[in-house]
Amino acid sequence: MINKLDATFRFYEDASNLRAHRQQLIASNIANVDTPNFKARDINFTDALENAGGNRNVKLATNAPNHIASPGSGGGAAATGAPLMYRAAIQGSVDGNTVDMDIERSQFADNAIHYEANLTFISDQIKIMRSAIQG
Amino acid sequence: MSLFNIFTVAGSAMTAQNQRLNVVASNLANADSAVSSNGQPYRAKQVLFMSIPSVAGADPNNASSGVKVSGVVEDQSPMKLIYEPSHPMANEEGFVTMPNVNVVEEMVDMISASRSYQNNVDMMNTAKTLLLKTLSIGQ
Repeated sequence: MINKLDATFRFYEDASNLRAHRQQLIASNIANVDTPNFKARDINFTDALENAGGNRNVKLATNAPNHIASPGSGGGAAATGAPLMYRAAIQGSVDGNTVDMDIERSQFADNAIHYEANLTFISDQIKIMRSAIQG
Repeated sequence: MSLFNIFTVAGSAMTAQNQRLNVVASNLANADSAVSSNGQPYRAKQVLFMSIPSVAGADPNNASSGVKVSGVVEDQSPMKLIYEPSHPMANEEGFVTMPNVNVVEEMVDMISASRSYQNNVDMMNTAKTLLLKTLSIGQ
């Protein structure tokens, strides 16, 4: 029973951790908007969440060391382990900085709303659990 | 908890932008100072920004980064020469060497610094809201 409760919240925990991590990355991009040669970086949220998901995904069975592990078989990868990717520059600047403030600000707001949505989902889950327990 | 890190990152950027604003103020205030503290005409100053990992010892290629002012440099562009024979600092041809401060450039720099500062304040406020909402989970 307890591990079922745990599994319910696990997904939201992973998602919230990743959102918090991404929020920090975008914050770092915005902070470095005037740093020469700074390259804006971000993670691919979908891939990162899939990799963090571990055993939730259906995956190929491996029974020999040469078999290639399917994505996500690592299980519960740390949020911070998601590979950082460089944002493609739309308009380059003379000092080599690739931070586009419009993109970063909109992504920052977008990510913040998704994070808040996650928190709402968690609260709702808790309410459901509570009403199931208390009747 | 990575959301707390946003305070470090935004805080470092605010310190850096603040220092840039300070240098702009110094340049504008001394735009007409024919003599500075070292006896020479004042030279315009500029800050150099550098990104540093927000967590000490973290891999710089795989972590978020804050901002640090790596140094303040003096503008080496030629000084302005103004013809004013009555000035006590005038040379034998009647020219006074005045600072190489470009007032228009400094004003633009000021606006840019204040906008970046505001962006960082906004960022901190968002992080604070998110953290407070996180604290109220399950209530």
